[in-house]
Amino acid sequence: MMETNVTSASASPLAEAVLGESGQNVNLCYQCGKCAAGCPVSYAMDYKPVQLIHAIRLGMDDLVLNSKTMWLCASCETCTTRCPQEVDVAKVMDAVKITALRKGIKPAIPQVASFYKAALSNIKICGRMYELGMIMGLKMRTFEFFKDAAMGMKMFRKGKLKMIPSLTGAMRTRRIFRRVKNIEDKNHSTA
Amino acid sequence: MAAKYAYYPGCSLHSTGSEYDVSFRAVCDKLGVGIEEIKGWVCCGTSPAHCTSKLLSLALPYENICLAAKMGVNDLVAPCAACFARLKTAQYEAAEDPKVADQISEALEKPLPESVNILSPLEIFCNGQDISKAVTEELSGLKVVCYYGCLLTRPSKVMQFDECEYPMAMDEILRSVGITTLDWSYKTECCGGALAMTRTDVVLKLTRDILDEAKAVGANAIAVGCPLCHVNLDTRQEEVEAEYGTNYGLPVFYFTQLMALAFGVPADKLGLQKHFISADGLLSAVSPA
Repeated sequence: MMETNVTSASASPLAEAVLGESGQNVNLCYQCGKCAAGCPVSYAMDYKPVQLIHAIRLGMDDLVLNSKTMWLCASCETCTTRCPQEVDVAKVMDAVKITALRKGIKPAIPQVASFYKAALSNIKICGRMYELGMIMGLKMRTFEFFKDAAMGMKMFRKGKLKMIPSLTGAMRTRRIFRRVKNIEDKNHSTA
Repeated sequence: MAAKYAYYPGCSLHSTGSEYDVSFRAVCDKLGVGIEEIKGWVCCGTSPAHCTSKLLSLALPYENICLAAKMGVNDLVAPCAACFARLKTAQYEAAEDPKVADQISEALEKPLPESVNILSPLEIFCNGQDISKAVTEELSGLKVVCYYGCLLTRPSKVMQFDECEYPMAMDEILRSVGITTLDWSYKTECCGGALAMTRTDVVLKLTRDILDEAKAVGANAIAVGCPLCHVNLDTRQEEVEAEYGTNYGLPVFYFTQLMALAFGVPADKLGLQKHFISADGLLSAVSPA
């Protein structure tokens, strides 16, 4: 007789959203805690990765989407590599961030979201990351004008920062960004 | 010399990590490895892309794989560990799911090429040839810990690179050019990566742990293969010392800089002066082998 695998059926719409975004089924998690044990940043998180996954399964949307956890994820992939159930935890973190942004929820660590935005708009416009421009863009978003100023000056003196963006490939990246957005909008409206 | 490898430097090797670019080129030159930079390459999207759009994070790397395929070579070399990981991830995801491959192809308005091997310099330099023959300088005073960071080996099912929790590729290369490398348990610990821009406190803590461990096993230098790791370990080292009242003074090298030094390339041709932690004292003992 075939047994129904109760762990793979999902009652949580958030778990479904994560599955749709990342292909990762959090219901496979049996709470061993290896992701939390190996995570280098878990000490600074409000919920450990294993707890966030459990909250996703329980449908605790508010707790999950307002958590600091996914914004602190450094994408080091230790959790992903060690999960005995082969849940790609780092991808789950990405999916939760994307879901939160799509729902218009203010990120619990706004600087991190600002960094993503500053970096991506820089890549889109310049084709390649123009670090000085990206840092300026980030400061305009976070108002942390003096953060790392001394270090930045020293890097500049040592010739580690370029003054002028190359703009090579900028036409291509603008087009790729636009087309990706169109495809994603289309997928989302049909989903 | 006909190029065997399409070379994808990525953004960092054109700016904050330019030492990695010049030293990689110098080593290729010494070993007769033919490389040609991909013309018109674009940013791989790095973590801001995969944190906000899966399709974007796959399409940007694939644009570069397409450009490499157009050059008519089978092998693409990406020294930056983060670029290397994004290129391999794009290829892995497209191979796993035809729907994903179709979407990437739709975004780029072209078919995806087959059979481009994405390689790290660590793979091409330990590819069977005896690199010890090129050694002219003795660097025996160095006691190096190899810091691989996260993205060379993880996630293992995608990267298929060495032993993911305890890689040896960099150790073996440096040992074969006469440099002592030490065993230590922080080879693949995370430095915090791009959190340096936003949550510097986290990076200072993680970096301190790495520097502490390097000191504890008796290292006098660290070798890396990732420009982001280099920024955090070298550029932020004095900040870590100020924050935690410690004193390390540990020079951080790209492993290609150490190889090039062993092959007799002068230090001033390798961008060593761009490092925050000076290696002058340590390297004053370098002598012809």
